Amino acid sequence: MSSVTYREACRQALRDALQRDPRVFLMGEDVGRYGGCFAVSMGLLDEFGPERIRDTPLSESAFVGAGIGAALGGMRPIVEIMTVNFSLLALDQILNNAATLLHMSGGQCNVPLVIRMATGGGRQVGAQHSHSLEGWYAHIPGLRILTPATVEDARGMLWPALEDPDPVLIFEHASLYGASAELSDDAGPVDLTRAALRRPGSDVTLVAYGGTVRVALEAAEALASQGIDAEVIDLRTLRPLDDETIVHSVRRTHRAVIVDEAWRSGSISAEIAARIMELAFFDLDEPVARVCSAEVPMPYARQLEDAALPSAPDVVAAAQRVCHG
Amino acid sequence: MAEPRVFRMPSLGADMTEGAVLEWFVKPGDRVHRGDLVAVIKTDKADIEAEVFDDGVIGELLAPVSDEKLPIGTPLATIYDGDDATPAPTSAEVVPPPTAEVVPPPTSAPPPSPPSAPSPPSAPSPPHPRPSSATIVLPTAEAGRIAASPYARRRAAELGVDIGSVVPGRPGHPISADDVERAAAGAPVIAPLPVDQASAMRRAIGNLMTRSKREIPHYYLEDDIELAHAMAWLAHYNERVSVEERILPAAMLYKAVAVAAREMPALNGHWSDGTFVPGDGVHLGVAIAMRGGGLVAPAIRDADKCSLADLMIRLRDLTARVRGGRLRASEMTDATITVTSLGDRGVRAVYGVIYAPQVALVGFGKVSERVWAADGGIGIRPVVTATLSADHRATDGLLGARFLSAVTRHLHHPEDL
Repeated sequence: MSSVTYREACRQALRDALQRDPRVFLMGEDVGRYGGCFAVSMGLLDEFGPERIRDTPLSESAFVGAGIGAALGGMRPIVEIMTVNFSLLALDQILNNAATLLHMSGGQCNVPLVIRMATGGGRQVGAQHSHSLEGWYAHIPGLRILTPATVEDARGMLWPALEDPDPVLIFEHASLYGASAELSDDAGPVDLTRAALRRPGSDVTLVAYGGTVRVALEAAEALASQGIDAEVIDLRTLRPLDDETIVHSVRRTHRAVIVDEAWRSGSISAEIAARIMELAFFDLDEPVARVCSAEVPMPYARQLEDAALPSAPDVVAAAQRVCHG
Repeated sequence: MAEPRVFRMPSLGADMTEGAVLEWFVKPGDRVHRGDLVAVIKTDKADIEAEVFDDGVIGELLAPVSDEKLPIGTPLATIYDGDDATPAPTSAEVVPPPTAEVVPPPTSAPPPSPPSAPSPPSAPSPPHPRPSSATIVLPTAEAGRIAASPYARRRAAELGVDIGSVVPGRPGHPISADDVERAAAGAPVIAPLPVDQASAMRRAIGNLMTRSKREIPHYYLEDDIELAHAMAWLAHYNERVSVEERILPAAMLYKAVAVAAREMPALNGHWSDGTFVPGDGVHLGVAIAMRGGGLVAPAIRDADKCSLADLMIRLRDLTARVRGGRLRASEMTDATITVTSLGDRGVRAVYGVIYAPQVALVGFGKVSERVWAADGGIGIRPVVTATLSADHRATDGLLGARFLSAVTRHLHHPEDL
């Protein structure tokens, strides 16, 4: 075991993938000489050379399209989009090509592409650089959406994503890169299909993913001191959702609070609430509650941004409401 | 079969917006007549016995006994014409409401597990009082439905608990599974906080008084009324009757007001839609303080026609029922003029706020011995200060002054009251 940052875990995953399979290569803006916008790929250019660590022009549509072409051509590309905010420029490639070609080709053309990108707010970088749009991508059939919240998942999700014959998007919450945790020296690929129980509890289920998992865990600790035993579920994969783990938990706690950094309206939190209603209606003792970001463009000012994002006190308050009214 | 009529949550006073059905005096199939008491309605101020306004046969009780507050106008029961005993609308007559058309949504998700574990065969299923659609008037389609969480309903079915008998542990909240389990265990429910009732009462009074002061241009008159003869007459009367039959000075004061109101109909009635509507009799509202704070002003119907002795009996009855929390609906809505007396609280005069939509309120201070000039001399006499708060939209000061003079005149001739 050694203490590893989330960033280092992402780098280990890249290095592992590049070593395992010669078809794997990384491309994106500043991934090579600059070492990556978040320094994830630092040193990989020296280690693997410019053929496999490729800097691209500032054109998300072009280099995501190139990645799709490479995947169709037999490669296993890892495309890094600096942040989800800029992925909108490549949305047509992701939705109309990557996610759709298998269907349009009558099952002939898989697109084994992995796209990594940073997501989320909380870094005081303004409205255009603080989006949490992974829920939008989770809307699209044909994609798998991963949201690693721990160093184990940052280390372990990339390789199974590359093994998936269809496109996979990995959303790394930017505020997590500096966070460190113990990681087993032989850490490796992880299962992608199941949500994880991060904290068992009996009174209320807190459903979170990515950047909100630690918010939910912090809230659970605070709730424990108030006699409320909260269970924390880390979704890990937003598409396909692991209904079974969520429902299994709600059947025991009869109460759920969903913590989602996206805007509430039309969010993945709405989807989860709907599924709980569809699958566990007769186990609910309270309406499902949600803690989401304020429905405003993310403010730049620190205090306003803090107020706009889901916080542990927000989650505590929501859990208290569903537990005590 | 004729369309049933609907007995709705009545408005039991200008300050009432909602009420709960605390008790039904009737059941489906019972024959009722206009004026029969059919239910006890709990309002923010009191528990009131509500009358029915139709003759017929009770069809369905749409609102179960519950603490759940239902808005005024919510259908509570259906009433069928005389001969249709215990009818139930057949589906052919019923136009299904939009909500009745439940189409299972297509979903690729696995079907939900059965809503409940197998319940003991003996367990009665919880009643789901569904208002028949023929009686539903939007937006109160949910009327009569017990607010309970899905899990609470499931537990109630599993435990054989009648969900209608479960009291929510948290006032104003739907019944939770915990409430059901407490009920199943026979454990006492957590009593609703009395502070809620008190604050609801204050809110109701606040709303009414605010409305009154906002809408009614009050004018105020006052006069001192010398009561030497009246008090002597009353003392003499009381000496000849048993203790229970004795008449309090308040009854005499109220009777004088009632008779004066009959003589001055412009002060006896309601201000409604910009015009004055005279009362169909003198129904004297009497402000009565409640235990634990707050007050109500139920009416004594046709107070001007009661003898003093009768008025005293009805005043006692009313006071006892206010303190016991049981009033009739008509008593809460019928008053045409109100009196308030703070006499036994030791103040000289009270300037009241008119109880909308009435147009006048008479206040009495304490009857006290005062220096009184009369017949060219000075004496010590029992005196009461009477005040009139009146709605200037309906009357002017001159008429108000004549009214107070009439009250004085009647109090000077108590034997005629």
